Amino acid sequence: MTAAQAPLLQVTGLTMRFGGLVAVDSLDIDADRGRITAVIGPNGAGKTTVFNCLTGFYKPTAGRLLLRHPTRGEVELQRLPGYQVARHGVVRTFQNIRLFPSMTVLENLMVAQHVGLMRKSFFSLAGLVGLKGWRDAEGQAVEKARTWLERLDLLHVADEEAGNLSYGMQRRVEIARAMSTDPLLLCLDEPAAGLNPRETQALGDLLLSIRAEYGTGILLIEHDMSLVMGISDRIHVVEYGRKIAEGTPEEIRSDERVIKAYLGEPEEEEMPAVVAQDLGNGGEARP
Amino acid sequence: MSTTLAHRAKDGALAALLALFLSVPFVGLYTTSTDQGLSLATRWAWLPVIAAIVFAGRLALGFATDALARRRAAGPLIDIPEETGRKLGRGLVLAGIAFAVLLPLTPLSDRYVLDLGTTVLIYIMLGIGLNVTVGLAGLLDLGYVAFYAIGAYTYAILSTALGLGFWVCLPLAGLVAALFGVMLSLPILRLRGDYLAIVTLGFGEITRIVILNWQSLTGGTNGISGIPRPTFFGLTLDRRAPEGERTFHEVFGLTYSSEHRLIFLYFIILGLVMLAAYVVWRLRRLPVGRAWEALREDEIACRSLGINPTASKVSAYATGALLGGLAGAFFATRQGFVSPESFTFMESAIIVAIVVLGGMGSQVGVVIAASFIVLLPEFARDFSDYRMLVFGAAMILIMVWRPGGLLSGREATIRLVPRAAKKKEAA
Repeated sequence: MTAAQAPLLQVTGLTMRFGGLVAVDSLDIDADRGRITAVIGPNGAGKTTVFNCLTGFYKPTAGRLLLRHPTRGEVELQRLPGYQVARHGVVRTFQNIRLFPSMTVLENLMVAQHVGLMRKSFFSLAGLVGLKGWRDAEGQAVEKARTWLERLDLLHVADEEAGNLSYGMQRRVEIARAMSTDPLLLCLDEPAAGLNPRETQALGDLLLSIRAEYGTGILLIEHDMSLVMGISDRIHVVEYGRKIAEGTPEEIRSDERVIKAYLGEPEEEEMPAVVAQDLGNGGEARP
Repeated sequence: MSTTLAHRAKDGALAALLALFLSVPFVGLYTTSTDQGLSLATRWAWLPVIAAIVFAGRLALGFATDALARRRAAGPLIDIPEETGRKLGRGLVLAGIAFAVLLPLTPLSDRYVLDLGTTVLIYIMLGIGLNVTVGLAGLLDLGYVAFYAIGAYTYAILSTALGLGFWVCLPLAGLVAALFGVMLSLPILRLRGDYLAIVTLGFGEITRIVILNWQSLTGGTNGISGIPRPTFFGLTLDRRAPEGERTFHEVFGLTYSSEHRLIFLYFIILGLVMLAAYVVWRLRRLPVGRAWEALREDEIACRSLGINPTASKVSAYATGALLGGLAGAFFATRQGFVSPESFTFMESAIIVAIVVLGGMGSQVGVVIAASFIVLLPEFARDFSDYRMLVFGAAMILIMVWRPGGLLSGREATIRLVPRAAKKKEAA
């Protein structure tokens, strides 16, 4: 864990309160480049809230979201306007897919490259008069999109409306769209939800290959334990907004608190005398 | 959607009942002038007749809808291959442009036709502008007439008070309108749907009322008159030129005709419309335009990709307002007179109708819809008092026939596999 000395993203004391409800309570999470970090926990544990804070959709009540950007230095994400977070390389997908449904798959990936293209086209002015610089930039953007479409086996549907694709394909388009922004950290909110085991397996392989080839950090919220245990480098377990465990998949698998959180506590209390007596009687009803 | 006869009858009876109820004050009572002055008379006998007509009409409409649905389920009447359809469409667009350019030269054209053509083109311009805000960026604007008014008044004031020429005032009017577009877009950034509609509606009315009451600047209800007409590279199109200048017909050796000015105005607005259509067509294929459409589709997803929704909304409003302002400036110079009456909510409603009827986001749709909306009431003049009734009925029929607008299909802004290549592959 040498990289942990200065991880790419360091979340310290993240707290999010909605009125009286504490959704996330002083949480610490690290994520680093070239690593897959998973956040797991029962439904309603506050995982998606963590993501929403991280990616600029909520302003956290307290806490520090420190991003060590390779060129821009240390950036505190919680101080940025929401849309700026993605411009610093922290890009997310959504639990309930959010594509641009009536635009084509390729257009979805072009929109993702908006920030760079906007700069290269002088806020579209160069494009309006058809300068060569713009045409080259657009060509490169299309090539990048093509690379990701090919990689995610979406090339044959590039010109289809995104909203018409199957659920599994839409999930892949969302990942392709996020990746075509060249993120430092890819945040996936339940990417395996609604996928069949074969698709989940393919997703796992894809994430591993992205990590290996691009060194992109991946932060993953997931319920599918086979996926999480199979690919994660580090797992954080959250319950009621608090972190109850952290460690490698092996450590988490055998952690008592985690088992308790997922399966509930085994019955330990003494049974009331009457019940014990009834059970002893073989369950016969008393007169 | 087919239902039983009993169901239809019940539906018809309900409509008849409603008609009966409404026609008590509308038809049952009427006023006549007698020796004692105005007095109220009744004609109750008409009521059952009206109820019967409504019943029959409602029944017929029900069956017509069923028939239409069956028709649609059976597939298109003639199966045009996609490629042929596209070629046909392109051909029609080119033919339309050629027709618009050549119209003033044909024997068909007279003062009335030119005037009507100019009006249609103004509405096309407004439709193209509103299409950016509503059709592309998905921001409903019920007060679009405000930008039209601001453009017209800016032009009127600049040209009468400062004596600036048409070609200077025109872009200025557009820019001033765009500035107001930016100002309007700031308070409504957080609004969506119904709330957005109400606020923009309010903005339209506020603008009209300010114009109405700012006597010293806008002339209030009297409006501004004597707005100078555009000149042809410094040559006036009047009968007589001012001292030391020459008129258009003198220079070109023509006999004076008041039609020259109409033709000139027609070509100005035609040029403006074609420029606007081209610019918007290009913008759709550029990052800004794609961001507008993405914003319409999903604002949250936009933010998650680093697109600044504020900048996108502001630029969409400003672009729409700019085009509205240009249309307004042209309107002012064509009329030579502006007054608040030209900029009522009815105008906003008509422009929104053009965009919706044409199919959100479709430029060709806007052209067809604008022509339809301006020309239909003209052609329906034979129906005299009932022409707006005919107009309304036609609108309803079109929306039943094509709920998404005349041209509701969306054309992709970029393709990985060009259509031509695809065809070759298939061959």
